[in-house]
Amino acid sequence: MSVLVYTENWDGKFKKLSYELVSYAHAIAGMLDTETVAVSVGDVSDTELTALGKYGASRVLSVQDARLSQLVNQAYASVLYQAAIRENAQVVVMANNFTGKAVAPRLSVKLKAGVGAGVAGLPLSVEPFTIHKKAFNGKAFATIVIKSPVRILTLLQNSFGVKETGGVAAIEEFLPDLAEHDFRTSVEEVSKITGKILLTDAEVVVSGGRGMKGPENWAPLEELARVLGAATACSRPVSDEGWRPHEEHTGQTGKIIAPNLYMAFGISGAIQHLAGVSSSKCIVAINKDPDAPIFEAADYGIVGDAMKVLPEMIAAVREMKGE
Amino acid sequence: MKILICMSNVPDTTTKVRFKDGNTVFDTTGVQWIINPWDELALTRALQLKEEPGSGIEKVTVITVGLADVEPTIRKALAIGADDAIRVNSQATDAYDVARQIAEAIRSEGYDLIMCGIESSDYNNSMVGGMISEFLDIPSVSSVSSVTVENGRFKVKREIDGGKETLSVTAPFVAIVQKGIALEPRIPSMRGIMMARTKPLKVVEPVAPEVLVEHIRYELPPAKAKCRMVAEDNVRELVQLLHTEAKII
Ligand SMILES: Cc1cc2nc3c(=O)[nH]c(=O)nc-3n(C[C@H](O)[C@H](O)[C@H](O)COP(=O)(O)OP(=O)(O)OC[C@H]3O[C@@H](n4cnc5c(N)ncnc54)[C@H](O)[C@@H]3O)c2cc1C
Repeated sequence: MSVLVYTENWDGKFKKLSYELVSYAHAIAGMLDTETVAVSVGDVSDTELTALGKYGASRVLSVQDARLSQLVNQAYASVLYQAAIRENAQVVVMANNFTGKAVAPRLSVKLKAGVGAGVAGLPLSVEPFTIHKKAFNGKAFATIVIKSPVRILTLLQNSFGVKETGGVAAIEEFLPDLAEHDFRTSVEEVSKITGKILLTDAEVVVSGGRGMKGPENWAPLEELARVLGAATACSRPVSDEGWRPHEEHTGQTGKIIAPNLYMAFGISGAIQHLAGVSSSKCIVAINKDPDAPIFEAADYGIVGDAMKVLPEMIAAVREMKGE
Repeated sequence: MKILICMSNVPDTTTKVRFKDGNTVFDTTGVQWIINPWDELALTRALQLKEEPGSGIEKVTVITVGLADVEPTIRKALAIGADDAIRVNSQATDAYDVARQIAEAIRSEGYDLIMCGIESSDYNNSMVGGMISEFLDIPSVSSVSSVTVENGRFKVKREIDGGKETLSVTAPFVAIVQKGIALEPRIPSMRGIMMARTKPLKVVEPVAPEVLVEHIRYELPPAKAKCRMVAEDNVRELVQLLHTEAKII
């Protein structure tokens, strides 16, 4: 028996998300009184792999197959399926990110395993396997029971946190059996944005809405993001208008994020916008309309003009950080 | 070539959610049902492709799993322009069962491209498309923001963390589509609405259900503590609060 966790790497390196997933898997393994086994695909150094032990993995299955350098949903699902069978997994943990959403549903069918998608906390009980999660775009919570003997959970990034337990993971080579048939999609061209903090990774997010009036006013917002080490985001009309790139759009139809701090400048707080940000641990709203619905979701607020508040905020943060 | 659009019927996004029977059932009283916005965009894109000269796409079908009460939504899809529709006569429950019902209903129908919206806006699952592909043992591409046809072959773009990839893929396949696939959903025309009444809607009986996930209870989020207001001319105090009280910067 085991809890299996897929730890994705980025150019051979794990990131905080990987450690968070292992921490989460390990906590579930504790509830089931079993061990945590990680699966890693691609070229990752032994030092990186053994370090997964610090968060609770007792072993890590390392898969090397050049064909897996691209994400091919079917092939990845096959790798995890074979790992789950080999380790007799009761639970498989993945991130609720691009990869998890691509692979989890296929794996679910292979394992006949029910999926708890986008979970943010530990199961309420493992017998029956019960989870509390958001439903209806965050307008409600649902308690769900996964009835299958194997379950898949995809964890919302930054919702559980990293927990160090100490330890070293043993590395095992793992050679799953993959057929040509598993590789029927291929990437022909990649365009990547580099040097920016990814919105989904960010612990602090500074976001602007239509109240920012136009793309020419984003300089102070970006400057605030820089001094805070934050990523920038926006509401949907802002990306629809082309004021900001589409990957910054948060909300029901954009990215769903759970940073520690979300700062909304000139965002009214429509229900569809809140659907993407309401899991943030702290929300700060700056809006000139005291009745804007964003204040009902916010923890701290200023009724005022974003263009006046921004430079003062930058100065205050600089001062606090001793810059 | 033929395209299939998997469509779910969801409460309008501004619906106030309420529950009944001791918070075990979603109360549908007064709920306005709409086509899942993503599925609507997928349908729009499929119709654009069909209209493109030389694309080789002859037919666009919509399929949904649901009881007779979902038919108004199906008629709307037909009014927007789908050629025909299939309804699997079963109450939609968990993603696994819905995907299996769809896969079984169309297994021998020979669709070249199956499109699903990234996430149905009721239970936030984002799972059905990938599951269908696995049931049918065909490739899947997720987070798709563009589908085009070139010389009878499909090209898709997908959004990865911090970038975009262009892929070639062998049909038949499933595309799970998201933002960008089409800009605005197509609106039914008067003529479309008239024609929809006579377009074929086939009702298929379900295979025996297999449900892996059960929703046993719902609740509304706890009321949030009141927002702490800071004066506009006192931004420094807010930053201090975030540092000392909230401890996040
Ligand atoms: C199916 C569907 C899906 C949707 N999905 C999303 C989604 O994913 N994400 C999303 O964001 N939206 C989404 N929307 C749109 C959503 O309903 C709102 O229209 C949108 O979020 C509003 O964006 P906004 O707050 O930037 O603009 P507005 O609602 O126009 O608000 C601007 C705010 O700025 C304030 N303001 C103006 N000037 C200033 C100033 N100088 N200083 C401070 N404040 C100022 C105003 O008081 C106002 O509150 C969706 C809608 C639908 C129907």
